[in-house]
Amino acid sequence: MVTKFFLAFAVVAAPLSANAQSQGFNPDISLILDGRYSAYIDDGDYELPGFMLGGEAGPGEAGFSLGHSELVMSANIDDMYYGKMTAALHAGDEGSEFELEEAYVETMGLGHGAVVKAGRFFSAMGYLNQQHIHQWDFVDAPLIYRGLFGDQLVDDGVQLRWVAPTDLFMQLGVELGRGGQFPAGGAANDGNGTQTMFFELGGDVGASNSWQLGFSHWKAEVAERVGGGHGHGDAHDTATETPVFHGDSKLSAVDFVWKWAPNGNSSQQNLKFQFEYFVRDEEGHVELEGSDPLEESHYDGTQRGWYSQVIYQFMPQWRVGLRYDRLSANNDGDDMEVLAEAGLDDEGHTPKRTTLMVDYSRSEFSRLRLQWNLDDSSENSDKYLMLQYQMSLGSHGAHSF
Amino acid sequence: MKKHLIMLLLMWLLPLSSSWAQLQLFACEPEWASLAEELAGDKVVAYSATTAYQDPHRIEARPSLIAKLRRADLLVCSGAELEQGWLPMLLRKAANSKVQPGQLGYLMAAEQVQRLDQPAVLDRSMGDVHASGNPHVHFDPRRIAQIAAVLSERLQQLDQANSDYYQQRYQGFSQRWQQSIEQWQQQAASLKGQRLVVHHKDWRYLFDWLGIEQAATLEPKPGIAPSAAHLASIKRLLADSPARAVIYNSYQTDRAAKWLSGQADMPAVQLPYSVGGSDKAVDLFSLFDDIIEKLLEVM
Repeated sequence: MVTKFFLAFAVVAAPLSANAQSQGFNPDISLILDGRYSAYIDDGDYELPGFMLGGEAGPGEAGFSLGHSELVMSANIDDMYYGKMTAALHAGDEGSEFELEEAYVETMGLGHGAVVKAGRFFSAMGYLNQQHIHQWDFVDAPLIYRGLFGDQLVDDGVQLRWVAPTDLFMQLGVELGRGGQFPAGGAANDGNGTQTMFFELGGDVGASNSWQLGFSHWKAEVAERVGGGHGHGDAHDTATETPVFHGDSKLSAVDFVWKWAPNGNSSQQNLKFQFEYFVRDEEGHVELEGSDPLEESHYDGTQRGWYSQVIYQFMPQWRVGLRYDRLSANNDGDDMEVLAEAGLDDEGHTPKRTTLMVDYSRSEFSRLRLQWNLDDSSENSDKYLMLQYQMSLGSHGAHSF
Repeated sequence: MKKHLIMLLLMWLLPLSSSWAQLQLFACEPEWASLAEELAGDKVVAYSATTAYQDPHRIEARPSLIAKLRRADLLVCSGAELEQGWLPMLLRKAANSKVQPGQLGYLMAAEQVQRLDQPAVLDRSMGDVHASGNPHVHFDPRRIAQIAAVLSERLQQLDQANSDYYQQRYQGFSQRWQQSIEQWQQQAASLKGQRLVVHHKDWRYLFDWLGIEQAATLEPKPGIAPSAAHLASIKRLLADSPARAVIYNSYQTDRAAKWLSGQADMPAVQLPYSVGGSDKAVDLFSLFDDIIEKLLEVM
């Protein structure tokens, strides 16, 4: 009876696996190209009073520059594992820098909602932290990310996460990390210096709305955090005294995302609301390495900050976005001059920033963006105008919610 | 009091007890959820990740989908890269070993049948082309028949206790389906050779089955939104070789279709993309009934 139907229409079945079709066993490779033009008034050192800058912190170079060009490779390794690497190539006037942003393996076959991830990866702290630069809705990171992480928190270590078997999405996870990179540093505790915990909830409201709420906590024993910021093109790094922090650092965060699209169809219009709030408590010592006699101070500080953004696609290919950042710091020590050298003096100023952007994406693979920042990071208020292109070629995988 | 609270919490957290006995099916699109319901009746709880009002190319691996896939026993999607923008991510996040590629619980419908339009050259300058051919196979009921055979066999493998039941339901469905196909072919005989403008190339398999000609697409390239320049060029094309109507589906905007309809003096018709895409299309049978009825109305 079944064969009769097959013969009657002579349509041949051609079973196929996606791998066999396109690239054999080669990984998915994509290259992300990013370039910008920035114009801003204040040519001096970038400052964020109350925060010891490091990592990529800073507004980027003025004029034409390349952003991060990223090379991403990923594939299933076998039936149990998946692997991914993201290499960022940053080219400045002094030459190129190769950064291995991510290189990790992840289990796929453990089942029961559990996943183990190991290697170098973006921490699950917060919401934005796990998004690559090319996924960002603005040219730059939120101010609190710049201040706390030097844009992004990355570590070498292991992550275990578990999705509960519930109708409402619930995920719990922990991470153990080396603690070798800013804002940790020095790979304390024999290279086992950081711990993270995170918990997420999420669901839909009707067909048109979906949301996610996250809570996370990061704890680090910092053996040696070197400050100074990554001043692109600024001539400020002539200081011979380098601020170094060692002590304990604890960070807590809450994040919330809400997405709307009519009937859940995001092709014409859609809207995203995003909010994150961080609080960090640190205690320890700050030394000015290279000073003679050695200047140091006890340090007990609390930094907090939040940002909120709304991105609205008002017609296919066009989006507009608005973001507000606000930070505050309350740092104490016995030698406030030393703290000030390290950037930890808040100078009685509340850093804040307002950003407006509009972008055009002809397809999901190319984007052009125009952005204005009204930047009150420090008392010298600055206005930025930025133009950016961000394009990807190759097999570009999916982004998460 | 505390005991009551704990019980309440457990009742909220744990799935309903009746669903322990049923197979949990996660379909990417409503046509596969509907097919599963035809073939498995109440032995399966079928969930569709998308509705006929959502573009399956542009879905995100959002929390509610992760939670649903986490507990699924069988994943049924179109495959052939239709869901490549979200399914791989969803599979990694849901951490369900039963539905990973290669497992019994992983079934890609379009990959069970021969596909049309496999491109000789693959380049993004051609738009968002699918390397393994056009994935919208559900618009050809003959291909659905083939997929039904595979799906039924898979259900029997996963749920051997109910094998006989699935066999019975498959026989019943097949019979009714073949009868319906003959009926639709008769009804739609007058559509053969007609020219229609479409929004996206998703009607390829329907046109192949009924002998309809695709006059033009509103998208200049697959995945690129219709532009004023391109629409103007279609209008010029139609002046020389006209089409009967312009069709767009339940998840597409009507703006481009309505503009062209006004300019080229021909009707614009919205057709359901899948089950649930119109008032009449409540299952696979009525989906084709509705599509053919609406097409005949404009002829």
